[in-house]
Amino acid sequence: MTAALALGDDALVLSHRLGEWAGHAPVLEEEVALANIALDLLGQARTLLSLVGDEDELAYRREERAFRNLQLVEQPNGDFAHTIARQLYFSTYQLLLYGQLASGDSAFAALAAKAVKEVAYHQDHAEQWTLRLGDGTTESHERMQRACDALWRFTGEMFHPVEGLDVDREALRSAWLESVTGVLHRATLTVPDTPDTGAWSAGAGRQGLHTEAFGRMLAEMQHLHRSHPGASW
Amino acid sequence: MVTGTALEAELRRLAGSVPDPELPVLTLEELGVLRGVQMIGPGRVEVELTPTYTGCPAIEAMTADIERILHEHGMAEVSVVTVLSPPWSTDDISAEGRRKLAEFGIAPPRPGAMGGPVPLTLTVRCPHCGSAETELLSRFSSTACKALRRCVTCREPFDHFKEL
Repeated sequence: MTAALALGDDALVLSHRLGEWAGHAPVLEEEVALANIALDLLGQARTLLSLVGDEDELAYRREERAFRNLQLVEQPNGDFAHTIARQLYFSTYQLLLYGQLASGDSAFAALAAKAVKEVAYHQDHAEQWTLRLGDGTTESHERMQRACDALWRFTGEMFHPVEGLDVDREALRSAWLESVTGVLHRATLTVPDTPDTGAWSAGAGRQGLHTEAFGRMLAEMQHLHRSHPGASW
Repeated sequence: MVTGTALEAELRRLAGSVPDPELPVLTLEELGVLRGVQMIGPGRVEVELTPTYTGCPAIEAMTADIERILHEHGMAEVSVVTVLSPPWSTDDISAEGRRKLAEFGIAPPRPGAMGGPVPLTLTVRCPHCGSAETELLSRFSSTACKALRRCVTCREPFDHFKEL
């Protein structure tokens, strides 16, 4: 069930990060868009975590080291360009991953077949914003490039093996690189030539090792449930 | 006394008549989310429901409404189960459902969501004035299943039930 936890935690953590934009997004339409994407991800997380155990126990009672999400999805929202770069990298990965899983016969096939259609909208949203910011003003271009560069070192982990996840990782990686490269080029951005894994953190999210910001995010996400156990709405 | 299958058909009709909590002009039958109704014992019925979107919160309200209406019709035990496969598509919305959406001011999804690039090139007509001159404002609107568009002719913004 390592794989269900890994994919479920990816969806849960990114959903929470996107939810942090509520009340802070640059325009109302974008606030609504990010909240809608977060809701899709939360739905995926509920289904995936329910394959492992009680969804609320898993989401609200686990310690940081028990989370198996990619370090990419826990990265802070940063400026809008950082959020969009994170969305571009992750939604492209998820679209390709779910595409593969949907055609297989694993426990994830039904969810993947459903979610892949939703994620296509997430990827399109990230792509359109990448084009608009990259090929926009001098400042938006610089910020978008900075965000793509800063998050690049978290992308390699997406293609590391996960126990119980039966996918063609090489095909996934090459299709991801081709798609992301195409978008960045059209956005007049440069594909980072730096390593796609950090020196100390390589592949660590899937092993339960997380970056500093994740602890603070979890504290906020879990505090209500932990302070008022069993409370209902 | 009604036979099992006639009873199931009656219960299905009742469950299918429940209005969608977000789009009350549509029934669950018209939305195409009701997958099956089976008697699993005397006074015990199982209903299969599929969500439109994986995270759609309306599924909980739909479940409660189905349970209530079937309880009222003598079912002691109603269990509503969620099925994901095959995934729901906007092609599952009936012709009557599409007509009601447009009447409600929401541009209905274009047909053929399952098949390739065709829908993307078709025009979304303004549900208010019927103009084909409309533009996309945002891919996500009041709910995940809708996009926000604007009519260039009458200038009214409107929701478009986007293809899935």
